[in-house]
Amino acid sequence: MRLDTRFKWLPTPIRSLLLFVVWLLLNNSVSTGHIVLAIILAIVIPLATNPFRTKQPLVLKPMLALRHLMLVLYDIVTANLEVAILILGPTKKLTPGFVKVPLDLTHSMPITILASTVSLTPGTVSAEVYPWRECFTEGEKPEQRFLLIHVLNLTDEEALINTIKQRYEAPLKEIFQC
Amino acid sequence: MIEWIISILLLIGGTFVLIGSIGLVKMPDFFMRLHGPTKATTLGMASLLTAAMIFFSTTQDGLSLKEILISIFLLLTAPISAYMMIKSAIHHKLDSIERTKGKDKIEDDV
Repeated sequence: MRLDTRFKWLPTPIRSLLLFVVWLLLNNSVSTGHIVLAIILAIVIPLATNPFRTKQPLVLKPMLALRHLMLVLYDIVTANLEVAILILGPTKKLTPGFVKVPLDLTHSMPITILASTVSLTPGTVSAEVYPWRECFTEGEKPEQRFLLIHVLNLTDEEALINTIKQRYEAPLKEIFQC
Repeated sequence: MIEWIISILLLIGGTFVLIGSIGLVKMPDFFMRLHGPTKATTLGMASLLTAAMIFFSTTQDGLSLKEILISIFLLLTAPISAYMMIKSAIHHKLDSIERTKGKDKIEDDV
């Protein structure tokens, strides 16, 4: 897990790129004036807001991140269809349940991403992270954390936990190297 | 041809948003109700926005890519608002229906 970037004047290169693209999309144009303005904003805003930010782990494997994003987008589509079928089917047959997924991730940012993907994908909504308090004393070993999720139709708890861990958590662990 | 694509996308989008809303009405307890709006509507909104993107790109000058931004913001905010709601539901010790498994896994928050 690495927290600092190499460039001093560009503290968050990905966020700068994002600002640049979002500015152009918002204005819906690629005229020279807007490109210049976007570059200025992309450099100035991260520099100005850098002191307020808490350091977050960096994406160390961008290609893997892109692949993971594609996988998640694909899963969102299938999950939508699954949930639509579940909703239209008989409600009485559904067996909802809470499941606790033990996490290998320790940092809050990868956990947030994992919780969001879990909410968007297979019939599950993430409810809570236990223990909810984060200990961030240097050198102290972070405790084992759990993600509590609510499942719309719980059939096989073990299989669900395994899917989440292998399909969504393992790539995140590799992307952030933590 | 393009009109056909737009109409089909609009229909798919409308259907999914409708299914999400049906889920909101039909489900027996709060936790299950949350599943419809977080998922079924994401795909619905995505296809509605794609239809809008194609429509405005073909009928007006130049590409219209603002809709991509809207989709990204929706994808970012849907899980977070779901999380906030389910968190407050747990905090208020809201009842889930009888057959919910693993209710004991909910810990008391402080």
